Parts: sequence; structure tokens; C-alpha cells
Amino acid sequence: MNQFLVFVKKECLHIWRDRRTLFILIWMPVVQIILYGFALTNEVKNANIAILDQSKDQATLAISNEIAASRYFHLIKTLYSFKDIAATFREGKTRLVIAFPVNFQNDLLHTNHAQIQIIADASDPNTANMLTNYASAIINDYQQSLLKNEQLPYTIKTEVRMFYNPELKGAYNFVPGVMALVLMIVCAMMTSIAIVREKEMGTMEVILVSPLKPFRIIIAKTIPYLLVSVLNIACILLLGVYVLDVPIAGSLWLLIAESILFTITSLSLGILISNSVRTQQAAMFTSMMSLFLPTLLFSGFLFPVENMPYALQVISNIVPAKWYYIIVKEVMIKGLGFGAVWKETSVLLLMTFLLLAISIKQFKIRLS
Amino acid sequence: MEKEPVITVRNLSKQFGLFTAVDNISFDVNKGEIFGFLGANGAGKTTAMRMLCGLSLPSSGTARVAGYDVYRENEWIKRKIGYMSQRFSLYEDLTIRENIRFYAGIYGLSDIQIREKTRMLVEKLHLEGKEKTLVRELPLGWKQKIAFSIAIVHDPAIVFLDEPTAGVDPITRREFWSLIYEASARGITIFVTTHYMDEAEYCNRVSIMVDGRIEALDTPAALMKIHQAGSMDEVFLQLARKAVRAGD
Repeated sequence: MNQFLVFVKKECLHIWRDRRTLFILIWMPVVQIILYGFALTNEVKNANIAILDQSKDQATLAISNEIAASRYFHLIKTLYSFKDIAATFREGKTRLVIAFPVNFQNDLLHTNHAQIQIIADASDPNTANMLTNYASAIINDYQQSLLKNEQLPYTIKTEVRMFYNPELKGAYNFVPGVMALVLMIVCAMMTSIAIVREKEMGTMEVILVSPLKPFRIIIAKTIPYLLVSVLNIACILLLGVYVLDVPIAGSLWLLIAESILFTITSLSLGILISNSVRTQQAAMFTSMMSLFLPTLLFSGFLFPVENMPYALQVISNIVPAKWYYIIVKEVMIKGLGFGAVWKETSVLLLMTFLLLAISIKQFKIRLS
Repeated sequence: MEKEPVITVRNLSKQFGLFTAVDNISFDVNKGEIFGFLGANGAGKTTAMRMLCGLSLPSSGTARVAGYDVYRENEWIKRKIGYMSQRFSLYEDLTIRENIRFYAGIYGLSDIQIREKTRMLVEKLHLEGKEKTLVRELPLGWKQKIAFSIAIVHDPAIVFLDEPTAGVDPITRREFWSLIYEASARGITIFVTTHYMDEAEYCNRVSIMVDGRIEALDTPAALMKIHQAGSMDEVFLQLARKAVRAGD
């Protein structure tokens, strides 16, 4: 066991000596969280809108005020005819136009049936979708406030509620996604590079001639990266909770345990890659192509997996990050317990066992 | 020198598919001997050496290293041997002291032993005050001498040196060989491969491998006499020219 510790210590020294890489390892998650959390957010704030009010009554004014007061919208223009709408959109500044027809309040009070047109610039469909949702929500609010004053028994009301993420915050998606991405890179890429470096330097041969067992060599090489990953997890969670206001709704320990499981999955992928390449550059490139991109594309954090063609959905099942991403969302955002994620956890466990078995077996075969 | 074999090889072969890398070789190496293991590139030296180090299993034949069987007891063999590759195999980003600690540590030496060994090694190589220098900053000759001293830091019965002087200047090579003689005098058996024929003449006995077989095995003086050659260089060329297998 002492021999094993000597090895772990030496591995830590490598990481410590290579300050630049260590710096990147520690700061990469921080930068990513801040980038994804703030810069690349898909929340829309202060979208420019215009209002065409042909009725100009109490109801339309109240709704217009509420919309203009919302932090999602910024009223930049008042229109006077339907013809202006197309022209306004062509200018490119306005994302949404809200049009009230003539006699709006009249219709609302007497026929219980009034219409509002919400027109969005859908050249960016996601934003358009979101803005129309925000606007509908505000109009619904107004409708409800009317209902409180006068009991109208037969009115049908729609009610939209955003569960788990009432404010539709992007960070709820990004924090779990960045966790998957960062753990994948730190563990898989860094361990594969660290192992291949020993091959390149010729030190691997000397270690293999020593009495240390190959299995222990591999484990000793990965432990320091496991520690760095735990540090990364802590960093991301702290930033998520205190900077991006993403709550940890479920059990923190379950979240940490699942993260460590995923870390081990990534480590075994790193070992697998190191078995099949000869140079550090090849290790880095292979990790990038075979791990980073699939994690980005198939984990569901940038593109919803349900919207993909069936073939791609099937492929996404072999990406470990997909399962981890689901687990983190269930536990962290929805606050569910182990009962809700045992299936995903079993898939990850199975993958990890398989990968570890294959990679350690391959490592031994290379020796004989 | 008493004839007490520490390496016994009988009819050892290694096949990779249809290719016979090592073809039925037999030889003994005695305790404290400096044994030169020569051969052109691709002659099968490395494969043979890997089998003796317990890194690779033979296809047939028998071999005992330091009293242990290469098939069943390679874990014991590993405790009894040292190994130095042509790339000196030190960690460039660690200091001299850290390299010593690491290699002594993985052979299971205690902290007290490691401290004592470090002190002795530093003294012998005149590295006082340099213990905390990164290996990266040392000249090649120093690295090579440190690598050798580390390869025998756990007092192995046999040390395997795989082209230990590749790319090193003649003066440093000579200094290196004086370290080898010193280790041999302490009873450590030296098993060395080299491409430098002047070094072959420093060995007690040499074997020359051609196409996976041992074509000659004797003292350098006897080999030169048999082949009526003025130097080991000529002996080697005479034998190696017969090779049909292309080197890599």
C-alpha cells in the first residue's frame, strides 16, 4: 500500500508542477459556468416591443402598462396601423408586436370574448417562442385579476405554470450540462494524456518492470484527477447556487455520489483512450472528438434529445453524459430522491463496470 | 569469479502469429557478470529482454531469472531486477530527490532506507546541493548516470540496460561504464544491449543475435580470435551481414 501512495504522491507532483494546466483545470469550470450562465443565456431580457392599440380603452391600457413594466420587455414604439407592423419588423429592432383590435374592452365585457394578436419576429424561433409565452402569461394575469372582481362562472381560463423553473432560467439547464462537460474533460482527457505521457517518455516501461501491479498503476494515476474533479464539482455547485441562483432542491450527498460515479465513468473512458493511442496529441484529439462533442450534442443540455431523429436518439443512449445530465436535473432541480433516478444510475454503473473491465484488460494485453 | 548462473535460458522462443521474433535461444549469465546482448535492430533483442523482465510470456522454452521461473513467478522476478531504458526514464518535471524517492518507493524501500540511499547516491554522483534541481535542467550525461543509479537503488540481483548509452558522447559513455564496473564489483549482474562495439569489448561475455537466433556467444577476445577479426566491430559485421530479416 505504501508503494501505491508513493505513486499517487508522484502523480500529484506532476499536476502541481504543471501550473498552467492546473490553472486551466480549476478555472475552466468557473469560466464555463459564467459564460453559459450569463453570456450564452437563452433567457430574454428587455426585448424591444411595439404596441398597436386601436381601441385605447381601460383594458388595453392596463395590459400595455403591465407588459411595458415587465423586465422582459422594453416598449420602444407605438404603432397606429396594421401596415406599420411589417415595416417595424423590417427595421430589425423590434422582436414582438402586440396588437389590440378596435372595441377590445367592449368585446371583453359584453361577449366575454376578446382577441389580442401577438406577432413575433420568428427569424429566431426560440426567442420568438419565449417572448410570446411571456406576453401570454402577462395577459393571463390580467384576465385573472378581472375575474377576481366579478365572478363570471362560465369563463374558461388557461393557466400556464412553469414547474421547477418558474422563471424559465437558462442556468437550470446549463449548470447540470457544464457539470457533465467539465467532469468529462477533466477526467477523460487529463487521465488519457497523463497515461500516454508516460508511454511517450519511456517511464511506463520502467514502472511496468517494477513490482507494482498494472491495475494499481492505473488506479494510482487516476486518483489525483478524481480529487481535482471533486474540487470542480464543489466549484460548479457553489457558483451555481450563489451566483446563478440555481437551488439544490434534492439531497446534496446523492448529487455528490452520482457525480463521483460519473467521474469514474469518465476516468475509465480516459484509460480506454490511452490504450489505443501513442502520443499525447492523439490522446487530446481523440478525447475531444469522441467525448467532448458527443457530450455537447447528445447529453440534451444544448439540444433536447426528444426532438432528434429516432436514430440519433438511439445513439444518444450510449453517451454516459446523457444519463448523468438526467440524474443531475432530477436530483438538483426537481429535488427527487434516489427512487427517481435508480434506472439512470444503473445504466451509468453498468457502463462504468464494462468500461473499466475492458480498459484494464486491454492494458494487460498490451503488456504480454 | 565463481560460476553461479543467475539467468538460465533454454530453447526460449517467442512467436507473434507466424513471425518468430526469438527463435530457440539458450544461454547462461553468471552472477556479477557483465553480459553484452548484441544484435542489429529487429534481431529480437528487445523481445528476448522483455521476456526475461517478466513483461512478456515466452511461447516455448524455459527461463529462470534470479532463481524464479518466467512463466509462473514473474512477480518475484520483478522484485529482483532493475531496468533502464534507452530514454533514461526519469521524470523531467520532478527533482532529482523526488525521482529517487519515487523509484525507491515503488520497490517498497522504507523511508529510512530511501533517505540513506538518497544521501549515498548524491554523494557518489557529486550532486550535493543539486537535489532540488528539476531533472529537465540537467545535461544528458548526468541524467543517464542518475537513471542508472536509480535502476540499482533497490540492490537488484540483475540490472537490464536497454541501449543505455544511445546518443551520449564518448567521454560520458566511459564514465558511465565505470559506474557499471562498480555495480558489477558489488555483485550485481549486468545485462546490457548496445550498438557501440567498443562497449561490447568492455563486457565479460557477449552474445550476438541474428534473425532471432544467437549466432555467437563468448568473451570478446575469443570471438575476435574465432572470426579472425581485429575488433568486435568486424565480428559483428561478419555475423549481422547474414541477416535476411530487415531491421526496423
